[in-house]
Amino acid sequence: MNRLIVNDAACIGCGECIEICPFGALSLQADKAVVNDNCALCGACVSHCAYNALTLHKSSQHGTPHPDSWRGVWVFGEMIDGVLQPVVYELIGEGRKLADVAREQLCVVIFGNDTDDVCDEVLGYPVDRVLQIDAPDFSVYEPGLVSAALTALIQKYKPSVMLAGATAIGRELMPRVATFCHTGLTADCTELAIGSDRLLEQTRPAFGGNIMARILCPHHRPQMATVRHKVFRPALARSATSPRGVVERVVLPAGWEPAPSARLTRTAFQKLVGEVNLAEADVVVCGGIGMGKPENFKLLEELAALLGGTVAATRAAVDRGWMPHERQVGQTGRTVAPGLYIACGISGAVQHVVGMRASQKIVAVNHDPEAPIFNEATVGIVGDSVQVVSEWIRQLKACGGERS
Amino acid sequence: MQIAVCVKQVPDTADIRIHPETNTLIRDGVDAILNPFDAYAIEEALRLRDRLGEATVTAVTMGPKQSEAVLRQALAMGADDAVLLSDRAFAGADTWATSLTLSAALKKLNAKIILCGKQAIDGDTAQVGPAIAAHLGFSQVSYLTKVIDISGDCLRVERLLDHGRETVQVPVPTVMTVVRELNNPRVATLNALRQARNKPIPCWTSQDLLLNAEEIGLPGSPTEVREIFSPEVRGRAEMIQTQSIEQAVTLLMQRLGQLPGEDRP
Repeated sequence: MNRLIVNDAACIGCGECIEICPFGALSLQADKAVVNDNCALCGACVSHCAYNALTLHKSSQHGTPHPDSWRGVWVFGEMIDGVLQPVVYELIGEGRKLADVAREQLCVVIFGNDTDDVCDEVLGYPVDRVLQIDAPDFSVYEPGLVSAALTALIQKYKPSVMLAGATAIGRELMPRVATFCHTGLTADCTELAIGSDRLLEQTRPAFGGNIMARILCPHHRPQMATVRHKVFRPALARSATSPRGVVERVVLPAGWEPAPSARLTRTAFQKLVGEVNLAEADVVVCGGIGMGKPENFKLLEELAALLGGTVAATRAAVDRGWMPHERQVGQTGRTVAPGLYIACGISGAVQHVVGMRASQKIVAVNHDPEAPIFNEATVGIVGDSVQVVSEWIRQLKACGGERS
Repeated sequence: MQIAVCVKQVPDTADIRIHPETNTLIRDGVDAILNPFDAYAIEEALRLRDRLGEATVTAVTMGPKQSEAVLRQALAMGADDAVLLSDRAFAGADTWATSLTLSAALKKLNAKIILCGKQAIDGDTAQVGPAIAAHLGFSQVSYLTKVIDISGDCLRVERLLDHGRETVQVPVPTVMTVVRELNNPRVATLNALRQARNKPIPCWTSQDLLLNAEEIGLPGSPTEVREIFSPEVRGRAEMIQTQSIEQAVTLLMQRLGQLPGEDRP
């Protein structure tokens, strides 16, 4: 039986574990910590206890046989319409560092049709190998097909680490692959490192960004993680002196195909028009209900246009029908990390903040000097959002709409 | 046709704060709520039942005894049945072990259409839905925005990807995860809430699901939480305080390098 064990000899009854437990599973009895049925075995108290009085006991451990024989860092080369997605370059940058520390190869996996040019482009970056799976079947993305093919490749080549973008596609594909491979997957990592024990240390936010967790996958391979766009810096192009990687055209092992019952068939695709892909925007102008009325979002659009950015909204504004769902930033909407985020008439509820916290610069405009948004912002102005935005537009126009 | 909807009781993350001095989680007064995305999944399950005619909706959750509350909410909205998966052996499950446990229950229920919220707001992984589909060998539709039509063993649905809306034919059995624009979840009436309170809810353990201790809960979880800590907090913003809005905006633009001026950060 797996359980949390309190070592009474080491426990001094300080109660720190009670404070940190997210599940209310600990209490003090006779000055010693006691565990109740709410314990989810999350381990939060174990790492927090300064006296090493708590341990998680696992009854048994089943994992991938010979995990140390799995070598190599893989990056999923997500493509849309034949174009490699920006997050892939960021994963190449981060994957290179991990591969160097682990002294393993960095490999990018490309699924598609007519991918020679893309593979060639990838070799312009510091990767050791490109696995090219090129077939007409892969010309249109289909999760059933790609997850089965990637699983077959992982089982054949046995990489130690598998990274993918936490995009719509990455987030639906990787859980399938991890399940098929019987391994762990950590979503939305904000930090990755190879630890002294050669394991991949994966750091991610939980509880709406209120806590961070460091996660390991000690006994199963590959160690899988997704990373959101703009969390890591993109790789620099390969220097002229460093060796050029190789492309390996892969034939999938026999019997890799998924059952027809696990496949989707695309019958139509309607591209999102305009700059709705918030995740890509370098400037995001976001409005909350402090903007007063939907008409005032026209001002935000004007400001965004002058700054070369795009408009977003909080959940409260979306719920009032002021902006469409796909423009929502926050926990139940999109996560963005632009160079400049402008929060207008937004109080700064934690559900909103987790969706924009990673932005490089944050400007907040709010009439309430106590609004929590000012604790997240780089620069703040207390004032009427509509007036400030109007004035900003006026001055930008006056100086010729110079872009930041 | 058996329709199942997977729901989760989560802490209202809006209320979770870090104590500024002790740097620990403040738990007091944090409400346990139905994961917001799951209400849309329940609503769509009920609508599918109505469109299909001969169908029943069962709500399923895995968690401690008190998570029964979210099942009662689903019943009050109109679900026909509910099942609680509760066992100390389930504790400490990561998404792999959780999805395996749910899959075993869904198999036992003979569910053919399974709906889940896109993600739960406590973990935000969005992994359990797709992982259930993989465990069961079912087709998988993530980010469902519309069920267009149903014919025989096939659905035609629309889903939202980062770059557009995709219409797909989906073979049933299937697992679909839903986004908020899908529908407007109904509000349970007081009478329905009262009736749901008295409805018996069976509780299934690992033995009922024929699961071995080493494939569920903490031992069955490939991932391990090694450490938790507080995120770095930004300090308070540099506040621009001036007599007029005009001056404030000028200073702001200088600060952002949009106007020639003192500092370009």
